[in-house]
Amino acid sequence: MNLLSTLIIVPLITSFAILFFRNPKHVRVVALAGAAVQMVLSFVLLYLYMQERNAGNTAKMLFEERYSWYSNFNIEFYLGVDGISIAMILLTSFVVLTGILFSWNVEDKAKEFFFLLVFLSVGAYGFFLSLDLFLMFFFLELAVIPKFLLIGIWGSGKKEYSAMKLVLMLMGGSALVLIAILGIYFNSIGTNGGHIYDLISISKQHIPIEAQRIFFPLAFLGFGVFTAIFPFHTWAPDGHSSAPTAASMFLAGISMKLGGYGCLRVATYLMPEAAHEYSSIVIVLATIAIIYGAFATMMQKDLKYINAYSSVSHCGFVLLGIGMLTQVSMTGAVLQMVSHGVMTALFFAAIGMIYNRSHTRMVADLGGLLKTIPFISAVIFIAGLCSLGLPGLSGFVAEMTVFVGSWQNPNTFHRIATILGCMSLVVTAVYVLRALGKSVMGPIENEHFLHLKDARWNERLASAILIIAILAIGCAPFWLNNLITPDTHSIMENISRAGIGQ
Amino acid sequence: MNTDYLLLMKSELSITLIIFILLILKIRGNIDNNSSLFNLINIFLFLNFVLGFFFNKEGVMFDGMMRNTNLLALEKNIINFGVLIISLQAYTWLKNHKHVVEFYLLLLSTLLGMFFMISSMNFLLFYLGLELSTIPLAALSNFDLEKKKSSEAAFKLIISSAFSSAILLFGISMLYGTTGTISFAEMPSHLTGSDLQILSLIIIFSGFAFKLSAVPFHLWTADVYEGSPVAVTAYLSVISKGAIMFIFISALYTVFQSMVHTWYNILFITSVITIIIGNLFALRQNNLKRFLAFSTITQAGYILLGISANSPTGTASAVYFILVYICSNLGAFGVVSVVSAMTGKENIDDYKGFYKTNPLLSLTLTVSLFSLAGIPPTAGFFGKFFLISAGATSGNYIFVGIAALNMVISLYYYLRVVRAIFMDKNEAPIERLTSPLSMKVALLICVSGIILIGIFSNIFAYIYSFSANV
Repeated sequence: MNLLSTLIIVPLITSFAILFFRNPKHVRVVALAGAAVQMVLSFVLLYLYMQERNAGNTAKMLFEERYSWYSNFNIEFYLGVDGISIAMILLTSFVVLTGILFSWNVEDKAKEFFFLLVFLSVGAYGFFLSLDLFLMFFFLELAVIPKFLLIGIWGSGKKEYSAMKLVLMLMGGSALVLIAILGIYFNSIGTNGGHIYDLISISKQHIPIEAQRIFFPLAFLGFGVFTAIFPFHTWAPDGHSSAPTAASMFLAGISMKLGGYGCLRVATYLMPEAAHEYSSIVIVLATIAIIYGAFATMMQKDLKYINAYSSVSHCGFVLLGIGMLTQVSMTGAVLQMVSHGVMTALFFAAIGMIYNRSHTRMVADLGGLLKTIPFISAVIFIAGLCSLGLPGLSGFVAEMTVFVGSWQNPNTFHRIATILGCMSLVVTAVYVLRALGKSVMGPIENEHFLHLKDARWNERLASAILIIAILAIGCAPFWLNNLITPDTHSIMENISRAGIGQ
Repeated sequence: MNTDYLLLMKSELSITLIIFILLILKIRGNIDNNSSLFNLINIFLFLNFVLGFFFNKEGVMFDGMMRNTNLLALEKNIINFGVLIISLQAYTWLKNHKHVVEFYLLLLSTLLGMFFMISSMNFLLFYLGLELSTIPLAALSNFDLEKKKSSEAAFKLIISSAFSSAILLFGISMLYGTTGTISFAEMPSHLTGSDLQILSLIIIFSGFAFKLSAVPFHLWTADVYEGSPVAVTAYLSVISKGAIMFIFISALYTVFQSMVHTWYNILFITSVITIIIGNLFALRQNNLKRFLAFSTITQAGYILLGISANSPTGTASAVYFILVYICSNLGAFGVVSVVSAMTGKENIDDYKGFYKTNPLLSLTLTVSLFSLAGIPPTAGFFGKFFLISAGATSGNYIFVGIAALNMVISLYYYLRVVRAIFMDKNEAPIERLTSPLSMKVALLICVSGIILIGIFSNIFAYIYSFSANV
């Protein structure tokens, strides 16, 4: 059974099936059906994976599929999953499904909109599934250009500028990734004497330390741009805030995770020695992103900008967890990716719902929404509380794991970075509570708000799905933790082997 | 005369045959229906294209003057494919033109010249082929007889190509002086890398760079491209450039193989500078033809980067990229020529709101531009990746990095067009256009080429299998 390629083919077929429908109502139903099938498949994958692991299968990657593609360069269509990729695939299927539900009322060029949205998810699924560097790069770039059109056509505000900025910066990042991939390729040795792109075989080899010193920063920075690493984070606020709701959800929820996953799987996993050497730089950049993102959020007046800057801050935790190079911190990084993906998707969705009704996103203009649209207000409150790390919700679990993992490094530098990271949580609490308090609570100042209608069925359903996911991670973190831990462990093995070599 | 020659010179002979048929038709003067003439020529070209895959023989003719190998046959076929598309596209513009037969006579003569040039094993035949392929081009670029810009373009083309031919000849004569031969086969054993030979290599290189419009010899390109009729511009930018690129690969990899250390650096630096300068100029263009001209310069830079690999990988990626490039560039030029022929509009700003009125043409243009920019899943992505990968073989990552980052700059200006098409509002967008059937076929070929050539790796493997024997 070719489960993994099915996971790529289903969204691909969905996106092209959409093109055959004219009526927006049919289009969105097709898109939803495709996303629902995909979600079911993701759970089937999770179930089968758990079964295999419980049955004692300790292979690094399961359900592998490989077909030769460009055999002259040893490029293969090579798919496989471990716990980390399954977590990311589940996240993607959640965000895409709910994104479609939240865009239910898109009428303008609906066909193109849903086509691009689903096509974008092909890139994300492919990226998380592929085990061939070329294939990864292919899917990484595949997931960039549709964003340009999504933001530029259906966005709001200075959308053309934001779309262009976002795409150029992300493509700049992927250009760095390209060089890094070529560098890894030309330093690898395949079984037939040529070079290889096969990620698993390369991980067993030893890339010369001189090459690692050059290509690790390139790979990490390149993927880091996707994760909004400081100082290449500037695309994120503009892009997020101009994008239509579903695209914002996708951008913050999945696209930024492409970078984190790449940093982990390509940069750190394949070049462990360099990861050791550069870890302090990574930590410094990540800490700056956390602190800077948090303080920048304090200054924002627009709800979308608030969430966008806080995404920069939260994704800093992902990079911090990777940079700390302990097993717990890495698990925390992956947890944070999933948690932030779900949380930020919910946050953007709630902002989108508010914006659709009140036609403003400015905190100062809002107020008293809890009285007129209680459901949406509750949703945005849950998202906000998750963002500030309230126990019982997913954010707490993830951030706590990162901090515990970071603290395991017993020297002053790592401790200071950890403490600084922890302190940002206070700032987070300030901006989240202030923004939500002002916009959701308090008296209704604008008469227009008295006639707002609360969430419709599609919005309620989608919000419920995301809230369940947040609670599932927050209240019962062990299942996700157990899923991820064996694989972060194997990444750590690679790193500690390199550490001994030093 | 040996009957093998018939097979070895198959493509040259068939083109000559078509030329003669056209001449006879012209002399008898009974052509009153342009469209049947178009169909006839297109059928001929198609047959020639199909025939190119069969009965290929490898061998040397005329005492080492000319040769044919599988790779050369493939290259000729790729060029033939491009000419077929251009011929299909030219109908929109040519159907009301008085001199259709002359257009094809000139076009096919240049094609014949290119075939001779690609197959040559001797600088004499190479030069003859080169001249046969450039002089009719000047007449072609003047084919919009009543337009002033067109004659200006022709004048610029003839002067610059005469100049570059002179430079080439100068280099060849110096090479002859030091080696005593003009045969490709004998020359390598006489090349010692002396100063004079290095100088002549550089001069010959400059002559080629002129033809390829590599920086710093690119300045003629934009004016010529802007002034010429769109079909001729497409021909100049794709076919003519591709043919020169093919013989350039052969020359570097066979004749100058022993001087690889000399030309490697020149080639690498030229390619990177070409990419950068082409990009910087393209950023500010508003006329789509000029815009495509500068993007052509950039693409040539990438091809040069791939050639620098000095290996079968380099050859294969360059040939593959030229095939991809034919599809993507002709896709873009096709749309531009429909719009230009029907409305006379050629500026990027005119395309604002184009998607609303002409969705299919907009999508074709968008896909072509994405392929030129190297965005997956289009074939351009694979082509660029392989070229850059070939360029990185030598480990020169700084230059390769510059080339890779330049893809981002080029993306900016390609996206400018996409933005105009999809996002910008326009009070009076270009009205709904209906392109003739032949144009639709041509665009369909281009788009399917762009999508399929990349995903199906067999095409690359096919090219690669011939590339060891340049």
